[in-house]
Amino acid sequence: MTDHRSQALVVVAHGSHLNPDSSAPANEHADTVRASGAFDEVRTGFWKEEPSLREVLRTVEADEAYVVPLFISEGYFTEQVIPRELRLDGWDVSAWDSDGLSADSATLAADDVEKTVHYCGPVGTHGSFTDVLVRRAESVTGDPDVGREFGLAVVGHGTERNENSAKAIEYHADRIRERGRFEEVQALYMDEEPEVDDVTDYFESEDVVVVPLFVSDGFHTQEDIPEDVGLTDDYRTGYDVPAAVDGHRLWYAGAVGTESLTADVIIERAADAGADVGDAVERVRESTAPEPADD
Amino acid sequence: MDTERRLDTLVGAVADGPVDCDGLRVERDGGYAVETPEGRHEGLDEAALRETLAAHERLLDNWWTWHRLDGSRRAFLRWLEGADERPVDERYDLLEEGLTAGWGNLWIRVDLDDAGTRRYELRHADDADADPDDLTGFDDPLDLRRPLKFDDDGRYRPLKTAPNAPTGWRLGGLTGRDCVEAVDVAYPATVANWHRERTGDLDVTHWRETTERQTGIYGVVEELPREAVEWVAEAACVDSQCLKRREWGYDEEDDLTVDGGDGPFPCREPCSLVVAAARRWTTLEREEERTYELTLTPSEKEQVEAVIDAVADGTTDEIREADVYEGANRYRTRYLRAKRLDDEGNLCGVPTDPDPDDGDD
Ligand code: SF4
Repeated sequence: MTDHRSQALVVVAHGSHLNPDSSAPANEHADTVRASGAFDEVRTGFWKEEPSLREVLRTVEADEAYVVPLFISEGYFTEQVIPRELRLDGWDVSAWDSDGLSADSATLAADDVEKTVHYCGPVGTHGSFTDVLVRRAESVTGDPDVGREFGLAVVGHGTERNENSAKAIEYHADRIRERGRFEEVQALYMDEEPEVDDVTDYFESEDVVVVPLFVSDGFHTQEDIPEDVGLTDDYRTGYDVPAAVDGHRLWYAGAVGTESLTADVIIERAADAGADVGDAVERVRESTAPEPADD
Repeated sequence: MDTERRLDTLVGAVADGPVDCDGLRVERDGGYAVETPEGRHEGLDEAALRETLAAHERLLDNWWTWHRLDGSRRAFLRWLEGADERPVDERYDLLEEGLTAGWGNLWIRVDLDDAGTRRYELRHADDADADPDDLTGFDDPLDLRRPLKFDDDGRYRPLKTAPNAPTGWRLGGLTGRDCVEAVDVAYPATVANWHRERTGDLDVTHWRETTERQTGIYGVVEELPREAVEWVAEAACVDSQCLKRREWGYDEEDDLTVDGGDGPFPCREPCSLVVAAARRWTTLEREEERTYELTLTPSEKEQVEAVIDAVADGTTDEIREADVYEGANRYRTRYLRAKRLDDEGNLCGVPTDPDPDDGDD
């Protein structure tokens, strides 16, 4: 063995007092990373569940902790709540030197534990997260080559709640559009124009994949959006995939953060911050592929 | 038991300094000196050292078991079998039969497998005597995550240390490492905080400091009056609601009078559930008190109190359908509602807000 400072991955997420599924993506992605063997230890910590952000670092044994927020955008949680609750000594958001999309990582100490903490930018603004959106389109349609004659809608909150949330949505929509794989790509919002309610007005293509840029499923992705876009009048009765709406076929499968490829972005965030992850990125990309690796 | 391997490791360890564990002491004194509860042997060469130790298989195994662990994991596993109190021989006799300990709602058993290695099993304490075949078996600590999210009625448990962990499962054949991992799944960070407390290193954050730290929608919580913090702790933190032993008070100098509980593991600061609930209480406590005139019979007044008690204690399900002698019985309560609530749901027909303009919000 070479001289090796042990390294832990800590996935931090919001969690919920009311919704048992809120923490599921964080745990599932943590399991995927754990199985990759890239880290000596993989832990999860939550704002609303346990272990709390306040106490998660004391459950970590490793010398180096790579903390990756399972959040969609930079903002209140990634800039204030998480660093404060983790007790990151001397944290200042300027350490990320970010334009709202470009947070990478900052290396700090935490007040209550003796270890080095690499505090990474959120999963949702990493370039590789674009691949997760595309992967979601593949998994919801069951077609690893989906794109021709398909439109893709990226849906999120608008600027009302967080200016950076809209930035993240546009960022990924632009990147997917530039790849030229889908006929049309459109960013849509829940609380401002262009609104998700009018999704069919924004597409010529008959088939449209609707991908909500959310980390986990909750009432926005399970109740509001299915009703807003017209998949169903009452979310409790469920909906078809695809569902016929105004002469279009809408393909919808809830929060993109539940897509298993998200685990790859988590590893990349840590690798960008200096973690030694070997070939885990490639292996996780393969292990989470819905079909035998395409092209 | 692989005695040779244990001997090799111990001889290697003594080269770095004396070995001292639960009544076994080995050190270099030119040759080797070995001390056991039976006596001291000095000036041994390595062969004699090995021979002496091999005759104390349990002491050797005990050292071997603990030398590979450290920190809170070691402390916890030692605590489980009472290693600080029970001499090795007595302890190994007990381990052969199986030793049990409790941790919140968990029942933890440790015994020795055929190779003499410690194996751990976890269950809900209520299942301690259950036939293992009647319980759903798991073998990976992480597999407990999902079942432990719900109570026996299938309701989501937002607080992992609430005393409503589900029954009906067992996790057996665990190594010490996995045992601690499983405890951490059930009650995250409790082992770490328990260990900190035992080593005098528990960092308690009191109510004031916790609420002053809050921002966003929780920023208001610091306005909650001092006396209300007592009610918060009585509502949420007593043993019937949470198995952690509350160690935080209002601030460093100002303890709460409510009982903190008796559990083995401490609560070092108000949790997110309590902070979120306190946000609601802060809003509610801003209201001015008013005097209402409500007309009730003495039994009706007592019935209102019984309903409050039953809901607060979660005992409504236990009241039998036809037990009309219980104030919180459903028929009794429906009768009270039929008699005392008007069509708008006002108790005794008294509007909540006396101003008719605001009356029907
Ligand atoms: S504050 Fe502590 S004792 Fe009170 S409910 Fe939360 S975890 Fe339990």
